[in-house]
This record gives sequence, C-alpha cells and structure tokens, in this order.
Amino acid sequence: MLHALVAESWLTFHWSDFLSNFWNATFDGLTFGAIYALVALGYTLVYGVLNLINFAHSEVFIAGAYAVIFTLSGLGFGPSPPTLSPIAIIGDLLVALLAGALTSAIVALLVERIAYKPLRARNAPRLVFLITAIGMSFVIQYAFFLWRGAVAEPSVTMYQDKAIFIVFGSTIYLSQLIIVGAAVLMMVGIDQLIRRTRIGRGIRAVAQDPDTATLMGVNRERIIMTTFVIGGALAGAAALFYVMKVPQGVIYNGGFILGIKAFTAAVLGGIGNIRGALLGGLLLGMIGNYGAYLLGDAQWIDVVSFIVLVLVLMVRPDGILGSNLGKVRA
Amino acid sequence: MTSPIEDVAASQAHADEQAEETRKPTRFAGLQRWWNGLARPQQWLVLGLVAVLLYALPLLNPPLLTTPGYDFPIVLCDMARFALVALGLNVVVGQAGLLDLGYIGFFAVGSYVAALWTSTDSTMVKIPYLATLPLAMIVTGFVGVVLGLPTLRLRGDYLAIVTLGFGEIIRLLATIIPALKGNTGFQNIGSPPGAWNGKPVFTITNGTPWFWLFLTVIIVVTLLLGNLERSRVGRAWIAIREDEDAAEVMGVPTFKFKLWAFTIGAAIGGLSGALFAGQIGFVNNQKFDVATSMLFIAAVVMGGAGNKFGAMIGGAIVAYLPYRFGFIADKKYLIFGVVLVMLMIFRPQGLFGARNHLLAYGRSIKRQAARLRRDARGDAALKEGA
Amino acid sequence: MASHDNDIPGDEAPEQHERTYSTGHLSLDKSGEDASGTPADGIPTDSPEAPPDLDSEAAQIVHQDRDIAVAVGDNLVEIRDLTVQFGGLTALDAVTFDIRRGEILGLIGPNGAGKTTCFNAMTGVYKPTSGTVTLEGKPLRGMKKHAITRAGFARTFQNIRLFGEMTALENVVVGLDARHQTSVLGALVRSPRHIREEKTSIEHGMALLEFVGIADKAGELARNLPYGYQRRLEIARALATEPKLLCLDEPAAGFNPAEKEELMALIRTIRDDGYTVLLIEHDMKLVMGVCDRIVVLEFGKKIADDVPKAIRENPAVIAAYLGVEEEDADGAA
Repeated sequence: MLHALVAESWLTFHWSDFLSNFWNATFDGLTFGAIYALVALGYTLVYGVLNLINFAHSEVFIAGAYAVIFTLSGLGFGPSPPTLSPIAIIGDLLVALLAGALTSAIVALLVERIAYKPLRARNAPRLVFLITAIGMSFVIQYAFFLWRGAVAEPSVTMYQDKAIFIVFGSTIYLSQLIIVGAAVLMMVGIDQLIRRTRIGRGIRAVAQDPDTATLMGVNRERIIMTTFVIGGALAGAAALFYVMKVPQGVIYNGGFILGIKAFTAAVLGGIGNIRGALLGGLLLGMIGNYGAYLLGDAQWIDVVSFIVLVLVLMVRPDGILGSNLGKVRA
Repeated sequence: MTSPIEDVAASQAHADEQAEETRKPTRFAGLQRWWNGLARPQQWLVLGLVAVLLYALPLLNPPLLTTPGYDFPIVLCDMARFALVALGLNVVVGQAGLLDLGYIGFFAVGSYVAALWTSTDSTMVKIPYLATLPLAMIVTGFVGVVLGLPTLRLRGDYLAIVTLGFGEIIRLLATIIPALKGNTGFQNIGSPPGAWNGKPVFTITNGTPWFWLFLTVIIVVTLLLGNLERSRVGRAWIAIREDEDAAEVMGVPTFKFKLWAFTIGAAIGGLSGALFAGQIGFVNNQKFDVATSMLFIAAVVMGGAGNKFGAMIGGAIVAYLPYRFGFIADKKYLIFGVVLVMLMIFRPQGLFGARNHLLAYGRSIKRQAARLRRDARGDAALKEGA
Repeated sequence: MASHDNDIPGDEAPEQHERTYSTGHLSLDKSGEDASGTPADGIPTDSPEAPPDLDSEAAQIVHQDRDIAVAVGDNLVEIRDLTVQFGGLTALDAVTFDIRRGEILGLIGPNGAGKTTCFNAMTGVYKPTSGTVTLEGKPLRGMKKHAITRAGFARTFQNIRLFGEMTALENVVVGLDARHQTSVLGALVRSPRHIREEKTSIEHGMALLEFVGIADKAGELARNLPYGYQRRLEIARALATEPKLLCLDEPAAGFNPAEKEELMALIRTIRDDGYTVLLIEHDMKLVMGVCDRIVVLEFGKKIADDVPKAIRENPAVIAAYLGVEEEDADGAA
C-alpha cells in the first residue's frame, strides 16, 4: 500500500552536489539577493507609508527591465559582448540604468495616481486596496503580453564577464562584484536619504503617524508620491542588474515571481525596515540557491523562497530586524 | 404595544428596500424588490423553474446564447465550473473579507487528487472517481488549514501575498516533482459510472451530463452555504469583514472563523478542480495559470461583496464572454483586470449589490411584516373613510 | 506581529488630538459658578430622573436569568498595579482600584490621563506591562479578546464601531452569538440547537433593542441609523453578550443635553437590572449625576477614588482639571 503511494519519486536530495557547490551557491545567491533587496525596498517603503502591499511593484520592475533592454539594443548591444572601450560601456550602462529607473518611477507613480489615490480619497476598506493592487498588476502584465507576446526579449550581453579571483575554490566573477557592490551602495544611499534628509524625515513622519505628520505641515500626498518614485527608481535600477544577470529573463510575467521573492526578502528582514530589506534579500538569495542545489533543479528556488515566506510569517512575522519604517531613528 | 416580533417584522422587511436606496440602486433593483416581495413558497417555485431551465440549457441550444466555434454544452460546463469556483471564493473574499489570490492553487490540488487516484497514468492506488470528490475537498481543506494557520493571525495583506505565491508554487511543483508528471500529465482520468444504450454516460466529448453534474453540485453547495450564511457563522464572517477588531471584542473568535472561511473556500475550490479533471479527462501543469486566479476574483467582485448568486452569475459571465466573443479571448486577462480596477474605484459593491440575510428566521418575520403593513394600510383606509 | 495587530485607529490617537480643544468643555463645577461668568452646569446629584418608559415584559425576556436590582456588594473586578508602557512612555502607572458588583463606577481624568488606556488594558486590546485584572477572582491576563468578552466584560467604542452592512437586529445578534454554542457543522445541517438558538436570538435581540429604545429601527442597516441610535445600538450589542461588567467609553459624546438625560436614565436602568457599569465620560454633569463612585486618573496615576460628592471637593482633582496647564503627559505613544 505504502509502496503504491510512493512508487514514484517525489523528492530527491543531492547532498554531494550541494556540498561541492556550497560556496558557488553562496556567492551566486548573494548576487540574486542584491537584486531582490533593491526590489524589496519598493515594497518596504510603500508598506511603510501606506500600510499596503503594492502588488503592482513587480510590474513596475519588469517595466524597467523592458526599458533597459530596449535602451541597450537601441545603443547597439546584442547577444555577443560589445567591442567598445570600457568607458563607453560604462557610459551606455549608465544611460540604460537611467532609462530603467525613470520608466519604473513613472509606472509606479501612474499606479499610485490611477489605482490608489481615488481609494484613499474615499477612505476605502483595505480589501478594496488589495484587490485594486492585484488588478493593476495583471493589467500591466497583460498589457506587456499583448504588446510583446508570450516570448522573452532577445538577450543582450553588456560586457565580457570574467573571473576576478577565487575564494574557497569558487570563482568570483566581475558581474557578481558589480551587482552586489552597486546594490549595497544604493541601499546605503537610500538609508542615508531616509535618515538624514528632509524628504527622509517626511517619509518617516508619515510612516509613523500620518495624521500627526499632516498636522505638523508634512504634505502627505507629496510624500506618498515621492515614496512611489523612489521605490520605482530602485526597481528600475534593479532591472539593469537583473538583465545583466538573467539576459533572457525579460518577459511579460518575468516580474511576477521575482516580486514575490522580493516581498519575501522584505518580510524576512522586517517589512518597513530598510536595512532589513538588504539583509533579507541577501539571505533569501543564498537560501534559495542552497535549496536549488540540494533538490537538483533551479526551479526549486521559487518553491524554497515561498516556504521561507510561510515559515517567517509563522515564526517571526516582524522579521529579523523588526518592522516599521517610522521607528527608524535619525 | 406590539410584540417584539411584530416590530422587527415591519422594519426587517424594510431593510432590503433601504439597502437598495442607499446603495445607489442597481439596474436589478426592480427585480430584487419583486423577489423580496414574494412569499417563500413562491420563491421556491421560481427557483425550481430557473433550475429546470438551466438543466434544459444544453438541450435547448438557445440561438443568441450559443457559442459559434465551440461546443455549447462544453462551454456550459466551463461556465458552471467558474460559477462553482466563484461560489466558493465568495465565502472567503465576499463574506469573510479575506483576499485569497491562490484559488487556482486549490483548484489545481483538487484536479491532481482526482488525477493521481483515478488516472491510468498514475501508479497510485485507484479509487472510484466519485470518491475523489470528497477526497479532493479533504485534501484541499487541509492545504487551506496549513496556509491559513500562519497567515490568518496577521493582517489581510499577508494572506493575499501568501496565497498569490501558493497559486504559482503549485504549478511549479507539478512541473518539478517527477511523480506529478509535469507537461506530460495524466490521461484517462476517471468519470462517474453509468451507461446508456451500452455507451458510458460521462465522456470527455459530451458536456451535457457533466454540466448536469456541475449544476447539481452547485445547487447542493448553494443550499449548504445558505445555511451557514444565516447562522452565527455567516454573521461572524460579515462582522469580521466589517470590523475585525470590533467583532473580536464582541466575542467572535475571529481567527477560528477566518480559518473556517478559508478552509471551506479551499475545499470548494478543490471540489471544482476534481470535477474539472474528470470532465476534460486530462491534467497537466499547463492548466493552472495563476492569472486565472485574477479572473476568479473578478467574478466574485462583479457579483458584489458576499452575494452568492451575484458571484455565480459573475463567474458564468467571466467564463462565457471569451467563448461568445472570440476576439477577446487572448485579451481576457487585460479586460477583466481593467474591469476589476474600475469596479473597485467606481462601484465597489459590485454589479448586483444585494444584502445578505443573516438571520435564519428573518423570512418568517418578513411574512408577518407584509401582513402587518397590509393591516396598517387597511386601518389607514378605514380611518380616511370614516 | 503585535505592531500590526494592535493598530486600532482611534483608541489612542484621538486623545492626542482632543487635547487641543479640551480644556474648555471640561467644566468641573466646584462652587456653582464659573470663572467666565457663564452659569456652570448644575450637578443634579439627586434630581428625580424619570426612568424611561420601559417595557417590563421586554426586560423580563432580556434578564430572565438575572437577579433584578442587585445591591452594591462585593468586588466584581479588582485592578491591581496595572501598568502600561509604550516604548519608554508610561501611559498607566500602577493603577489600583476595584469595581463592586452592582455599582456605576466613573473613570475620569483630563485628556491623556490614561482612561482609554486603562479600558483597553482591561478588555485585552493592550497587553499590560505589569499588574493584574481579575474578574470574580479569576485573572484575565493573557486571555484573547473574545475570551475576555465571554468571561464577562463587554464594551462600547468611543468612536462608534458597528457592523455597518448589518441591520441593527443583526448587530445585536452578533453579540448574542457570544453565548451561542452552534458549531459550523451544526449550522451546516441546521441542528436542533441551531434552530433553537436562531429562534430565541430574534426575540432576545428585539427585546434588547426595545430596552435601549431603538426597536423601531431594528431592521435598518446600522450605518444608516441616526447618530443617537448608533450609540444606543452599541450599548445593546454589548449587553447582548450578557456581561458581568459593561464598560461604556464616552457614550454621551456628541449628545445634546436632552439626549444626555435620556442616556443617564438608561444607564441607571441598566444598573437597576443588575449590571455593573464602568463609565468613561468627559461630561462632568453626566458622571456626577449617574455614578455611585468615581476614580480619577491624572498622568496615568490614580489621584482619587471616592463618591461624587467627595470628588467634587477633592483639591487634587480640582487642580488636575483647572489648575495645571496640560503638558506633554498624554498617554499616546
């Protein structure tokens, strides 16, 4: 009886693969994790000021990815590495970064104005916000589907990736350094922005207590828009690194699963907490990769990430570093 | 001094009309008023006639309704499937106010339960197809509890994203777990027994018997859910939807009732999945796109919060339109996504906003109320005459 | 988790906002005249209030298993060293008092004194930092909110929180459901118990609505009820849970003097029917007129606990209300 039930394999563990690839999985996981972290910031910031999961953030991200790949192909990048000087490549990448960030920021702002502002104005119940958010997410997703079809955009290679050095027997590539380095740099920048600047103070004030903040002369609507723009721009920046890492991954529903993973990263670190987003992203990247090597298929990354989400919510819903943007102290 | 019962009778009867007035009445307001004015036996009679008409639909093949290019009974099956799904999801979203975005996941679990235990491609023990229907409900209900336990204590947002992830994860698991056979899938899924003229009644090419089965299941589920709605369970759900903290303070164990709503919804999703698997006879990982969850939500929202008949009509419409108007088939996700957002912004009460009746004996009160009002009118007339 | 679960709007924040316009309407009468020269609110401690025209039959249905007119007696609720801290801020500082069976106890204090915090800590909305609340000798610590309600605490909300899409009667039946036993399965198959409970709940609910005087609108949606009806419906819904202690959080907010008189009569009738009442209220006239005993809080500490007459002459209380400028001492985090 039992044999009949489990006659076919459900799970196979690949321990030797996992152990021999441990460091490889770690470094690659950190790279993915840096991308999750940047996208996670968008969820965390919006959650901080509006107490709302912006389901459409994954589409804000994929819009940026389309912009990046269109810009790069417009600049002459193709499947094979470009033959430009390093300076020219850096210049082109910065243009693509800007295009991605700008596009994502605009889409984020449009989502806010079209879908959320009217609901806020009439003080709609939370359920209505969530349904609208998921509706917007699918609208944008299927707008891309109708426009670009069900196939991925042709991939572009930004530069010839090369090995830089070897740690614990595992090769570290240039792309990994660029992605993790740039992402951490941006996160530090945002952290400082929130802690030190006037805009940051406004965001913190609204996150802590919207009514009091309004009484104290903070323009809540403007702060909300700013938050969407910042979150969107970061998602657009993440899109550049995403295209760098997964050149064949720009497809209409490509943002969907990445969005859920980014949200998981935000919850893991503590939603509403900027440093938590970075920590959560990096951790989730590694955990997902370990799961993939252990279970022998890259698709397990998504399943493992989902299990992490459920476990975190069960054990410690406030995340590792604790939640709430409003409590961030200057 | 009138007795309490008579008093409530008069005002309870007034509630629906009032609900219409304050809701900015729908196009269906007249229909509703007519319906509420009927006595209970008359209502049963009307419902019976509607049921007979529905059962006759695949045989009638009504000219304007039919779907060129598609087999009409099969289309009807699809509509019934969506209606059943909307009925189940309505408990979760419409009544308890919980956003469940992974309904397709429960549906998929139900389908795979039917496939694994009946398909010739599966190496598992075989059981009769009809036995997989309750089994699918039990398995999906259990999955619902597993997902609900960690998330339902938290704010609704978390349930939404966890269920959204779940919808996608189930499809992935079907792909990467060898025993679930990915794209190859399971052929020859079982069907209910029975033969007519030596041929089996339930086949994958003939939609009519399947439609009748769907319809019967829908009627049974509707009646049972109606019982729940007009009990402390249904009242607890609506109270939770309206103000969860206040409900808790009024002694409603909110977590318990949210878990029940979520689990009951999941079980109905599983049931419809198992029916679907039998009807099309083949299950693989391509049939459970997470975007379908959005169509399900759109169906419930179109019907109006908590209104089960509205939800069923919404479900049938969502399934029907792409068949009837082929040119929208590939745009349906976009179209219904836009409909969803527009409805939320401009008409959150849905297309057919109707109030739930939450008291089991509200009806008996109402009959008295009608009599009371007639008496009152009679009295007034007498006075005027005098 | 707690940070998400406990963000009930209006439970703490309103105190903060009200502070800006509070000093004016808190006129505690100490000598029959006011500094501004306007005639102060007289405090009719013994003015003969005609109880509302109550249907004794209705009261009988509501209270069939209740001793009518319980005398003020032993301690029903004991609050010992109750402390609530938000971050580093102490909103409630070692407050101790008793609520005796059958009395109307007033809980007053300037805005931000910690009244609502005390209330919320008692009813399980906040977890107290330390201290205990016992009901008939049983500690309530760690109990879920719905369990505390079933143990015998019921409350109304300062900012009305009815179930808007339900009729008045259905709102009350939700309260009655707190005492019902029907399981999900029982409701599904319409068990005899379910049928019995459903039938009695309509009678009980109706009687309760009549008791608070709003039976004429039993079938209207709660959100469409006039303001005064909504306030009374909150009381009916709380009574429906068959509480040992009924906690009223500013039930007279937004009422005109005539409505306040009616409310005072209603509160007295509720007490006379054997309920114990805890009343938070701003309106001194109402508090002085209806309460048997008053506890005064200031800056989260108890400063007085006495009969209304003594409270009115208590120098600390007078100072709290009239003397000291309000500084940043409110309970809000």
